[in-house]
Amino acid sequence: MSEAPPVLEMRGVTKRFPTGTLANDAIDLDLRRGEIHALLGENGAGKSTLMNILYGLVTPDAGQILIDGQPVTIRDPADAIARGIGMVHQHFMLVPVLSVAENVVLGQEIVRAGQVLDLGEAANRIRLLAKKLGFDIDPSTRVDQLSVGQQQRVEILKAIYRNARILVLDEPTAVLTPQETREIFEVLRRLRAEGASVIFISHKLDEVLEIADRITVIRRGRVVGSRTPANCTEGELAELMVGRAVSLRVERGRSHPGAVVLEVSGLRAKDDRGQEAVRGLELTARAGEIVGIAGVAGNGQGELVESLIGLRRPTAGSVRVAGRDISRTSVDERRDRGIAFVPADRHRFGLVLPYSVADNLALTRYAEPPFAGGFAGIVRNFHTILENALRLMEEFDVRAPAPTAPAATLSGGNQQKVVVAREFRHDLKLLVLDQPTRGLDVGSIEFIHKQVIARRDEGVAILLVSAELDEVLDLSDRVLVMFRGLVVGTFPAEEAQREKVGLLMATGGSRA
Amino acid sequence: MIRLRSVARELWQVASIPLLAIVLAFIVAAVVVVISSTFTSTGFDVFLPFGAYASLLAGAFGSGTALSNTLVAAAPLILGGLAVGLGFKAGLFNIGVAGQFLVGAFASAVVGSSLATSPTPVGMPLAVVAGAVAGAAFGFIPGFLKARTGAHEVVTTIMLNNAAVLLLTWAVNDLVRAPGFSFPRTGDIGNSALPILLGRNVHLGIPLAVLTVFAVRWVLDRTTIGFEIRTVGQNPNAARYAGMRPVFITALTMTLSGLLAGLAGAIQMLGVIGFYAPGITASVGFDSIAVALLGRSDPIGILFAAILFGAFRAGAPLMQIETSVPIEVIDIIQALVILFLAADLIVRRVFRVRAAKPVISELATVTQTWAGGTSPAEPS
Amino acid sequence: MEVVGTLVRLIWELGVYLVTVLPDLLPIILALATPLALGALCGVLNERSGVVNIGIEGIMLMAAFFGYLTGFALHDAMGSGPSIALGILIAVLVGALLGVLHAWLTVSVRADQIIAGTMMNIAAFGVTGYLNRLVITPSGRGGAGVITPFHLPDQIANLPLVGPILVMFFDQGPIAMSLVFIVIALQLALFRTRWGLRTRAVGEHPKAADTVGIDVYRQRYLNVILGCAFAGLAGAFLTLESTGSFQNGMTNGRGFIALAAMIFGRWTPIGAFAGALLFGTATALGVVVAVRVPEGDLGGIMRSIPSYWYAALPYLMTIVILAGVVGRSTPPAADGVPYVKEGKG
Repeated sequence: MSEAPPVLEMRGVTKRFPTGTLANDAIDLDLRRGEIHALLGENGAGKSTLMNILYGLVTPDAGQILIDGQPVTIRDPADAIARGIGMVHQHFMLVPVLSVAENVVLGQEIVRAGQVLDLGEAANRIRLLAKKLGFDIDPSTRVDQLSVGQQQRVEILKAIYRNARILVLDEPTAVLTPQETREIFEVLRRLRAEGASVIFISHKLDEVLEIADRITVIRRGRVVGSRTPANCTEGELAELMVGRAVSLRVERGRSHPGAVVLEVSGLRAKDDRGQEAVRGLELTARAGEIVGIAGVAGNGQGELVESLIGLRRPTAGSVRVAGRDISRTSVDERRDRGIAFVPADRHRFGLVLPYSVADNLALTRYAEPPFAGGFAGIVRNFHTILENALRLMEEFDVRAPAPTAPAATLSGGNQQKVVVAREFRHDLKLLVLDQPTRGLDVGSIEFIHKQVIARRDEGVAILLVSAELDEVLDLSDRVLVMFRGLVVGTFPAEEAQREKVGLLMATGGSRA
Repeated sequence: MIRLRSVARELWQVASIPLLAIVLAFIVAAVVVVISSTFTSTGFDVFLPFGAYASLLAGAFGSGTALSNTLVAAAPLILGGLAVGLGFKAGLFNIGVAGQFLVGAFASAVVGSSLATSPTPVGMPLAVVAGAVAGAAFGFIPGFLKARTGAHEVVTTIMLNNAAVLLLTWAVNDLVRAPGFSFPRTGDIGNSALPILLGRNVHLGIPLAVLTVFAVRWVLDRTTIGFEIRTVGQNPNAARYAGMRPVFITALTMTLSGLLAGLAGAIQMLGVIGFYAPGITASVGFDSIAVALLGRSDPIGILFAAILFGAFRAGAPLMQIETSVPIEVIDIIQALVILFLAADLIVRRVFRVRAAKPVISELATVTQTWAGGTSPAEPS
Repeated sequence: MEVVGTLVRLIWELGVYLVTVLPDLLPIILALATPLALGALCGVLNERSGVVNIGIEGIMLMAAFFGYLTGFALHDAMGSGPSIALGILIAVLVGALLGVLHAWLTVSVRADQIIAGTMMNIAAFGVTGYLNRLVITPSGRGGAGVITPFHLPDQIANLPLVGPILVMFFDQGPIAMSLVFIVIALQLALFRTRWGLRTRAVGEHPKAADTVGIDVYRQRYLNVILGCAFAGLAGAFLTLESTGSFQNGMTNGRGFIALAAMIFGRWTPIGAFAGALLFGTATALGVVVAVRVPEGDLGGIMRSIPSYWYAALPYLMTIVILAGVVGRSTPPAADGVPYVKEGKG
């Protein structure tokens, strides 16, 4: 039996970015026909770079790509599409204001008279394809009206519409509920059965073990091992991925909840487009307790968090902290009342990137003594700002060349530690964490999780919002499920099983 | 010795691109002058730029009078440049310096002439303050509109410039026209004029402008208000998150920017022009933008850039008289300087230099607020 | 009560007055709106593809000047008709060329887009002022001539209701007359063609367009150049169809009012046209009040408002409308954001 060449082979692929980081270091990878091949690695390991090279978005410094045994050059996505490669990016490449049909055909439009779009014909073809894959999607819907899971299906449709034989999915389950994850696995198996080949990028061990035929592990830009699910364990994969033995469980003792600190009732808030995103929400959090909010992204979590911290004005309801309604007060006043906040997007909210680490570490208290004083209390005191920075950098292990270095020059993990160091003060009542570890390496995640537990044990009430269900389940003493702007379920930590919580995340239960 | 060299290197890092941009602008403008010389009475002349630039230099630096003309021309540019530069710091683009300048000049002319017979220590300061306050009020309008409604200052300030010219003409015609003149104008400012310190025309406004440079620098670098302004300019979202009020800061910065522009109008009125009449043109508007960009919106940089453009403005008339090269060549040079600063890779290629990119990072905020958002492609 | 009564009466009189003068005003409104609308179309095409262009004012001015210069230089040799036609062509070409410059600066060099536009405005002011002083002023000759507008036959013009509308669109020179067709064509092209779909995609989410094989840079270049050609046409209108002469800085803020019209029209060609008509009406009001003052109290009030205020009205109105409209309309998401292909080269 003569063995057919692999559908795809990447040999010695190397890429160094202008910043100096070696994202891919002589990576070899092959993909067989009708195979689901998982690419496992933690955030920043170089998985996405490798796939962007395959898709023509990044030009490699060295290396070779072979398709069906033939060497090919992929200069841009058009080349990749022509070779039968399709990619579902982690951040969807969909134009929100265009319809499903417009998004699917974009770049390969069906036209009459050379230019006039034939969207009717496009819709027909899309319906046909959708039926084949078992999707239920209306081609005329605007993409920004779809749920995250549906948007992902549009992305898959886009690839199949272009006759992709090699489908790359970058962290496809990161935004999905366990149920949606299972459904997408079904789709992938169906595609495999029809002869398509799939590269599945993930950092989640259990999923990789469940879906993959083969697993290649990448660490710091290099392939560190290849396994099949049959001949390895989760622990082994974790060690390969991180480079040391890691405990996958967060170490934490029992919580001792005290008095109620946060009391939200009847809270309503609108999103940026004026739609009601929080619809009469109720929740409480006690001192010394971590309350986790699970939910599919876009169910009002962002608006809830912004209403708590004062970045968004609620339309109705109250937010009480230690008994006082703060829902109409300014950000400043809330900080004075002992509320701190780690935002989901550190570049947009948490940091001023061109500013020094020292200025960022004083960003939320720049106008208070001892950081300011002198004439009319408006003269900044650089000495104390620097002292404060040195102390916090030591305490939170922030690795920066100097406190005067711009925050932009720090790694993602260290940037997040700057935010955490500033927000995790010792005189807090309430700490609101929105995706505190998104996109970080395992070391930084462990560090931040330890700090969260430490603050809980000091008696701070902590509200944790995360799209990563595992993070919510690992850290929380109580898990709330948020669905369409409401809390639809509450579980004590010991009763919060993945499946149960996931089902509620997807359906909202009886209250939907 | 080593220290001196490292300081020089640092200076070169900061100043090389702006300086070379100017050099390149003069070279390209020379080409324009040569080509366009075909249309003059003297005909095609390859050496015309040399003559023109020589008389430009002579007019700017060639004598004591020339030097003081340069300083006098630089003073309003220093303040106008600061006005634009301060706006940049908060992510605002004040193209309305021309209008704020006129309003300031008008107000100080009116107050100055009505106090023309009061002693100078009374009338002069009041007239200066009147100009500054009027400019501030005129800057507040677009600032408030931007903060409250999002109406972008790039459009509103231009509209206000046009409206200011018309409405001030009306005011001079119908409200404050001084009797006894053949054309509409305000009365003499008499004692309210800024005292002459040196020679024929070096007036008090010049040291005042230089002093303002250091005041603005202190506010921006050392105070919490300056920190708020800069934070809003760099990252308005983070500013809100940090407990600042971008809405307030936006209105405040635009008001302060208008104040500086109004002050420029006041010292020009009380130190040079002497009365307000329709048709006073304010090349200060565009000049200030060029000055602020060339000075990288840094107060000290603005000071030097303003002196440079002051020299151009002071020397240009002599150039036009002696070589008949139109003074508008200065506008062309100005545009070219901005072009080469914006597309600094041209300068790098031509002169093969490696230096820091002359970016004003807050400019990104100006464009973002125009368009209302960042690309969804960059989620980070 | 008396005050309210007077007020109601005044508003009523104003309404009556407007309705009576409107038919005669319509052609003037369209003529005043034409450069604004063409400028706004330039803005629409640029910003739909993700490029901010505040240099429309400068492009108009440059095109106005060079169009005029062409007509001026060839007037005697070729006769008025052909020289004007050639002038219009040159103006459009100048617009397109400046579009190449703007596209290069914003798309390839990734210079700050607002600064690039500012540079364009200053350069236009300088270059036209320089050449005007050097070439046109000393010659002391007359202008480049101006297109004689078309006139509908009286039988059609006098038709009830339809007549004034037809007069509005057809008692015009060729540029103003073709405006309506340009607007409709662009509206259809933007929302019904492949080019339009790609333009919108590139302006909303360039990376998404890139990943399906669309050349983002090419699409943006195309749109910026085409848009700027329309700004060039606006310039030609000013010197060759409307006034027949050139003055320094004659665009007088029209490029910026055009941007306001674009925002008012929510970045659609038809909306931008409507915005331009609105601003055209405001300007026309100042013109007509000077000629036909209504009777009675209203006339007294309108006469007592100085003419300078009428002249300032379009500018003030632009501010007011902008303050009322912005925030309620959403620009293209990637507007003003240069596209960077990471990891390339």
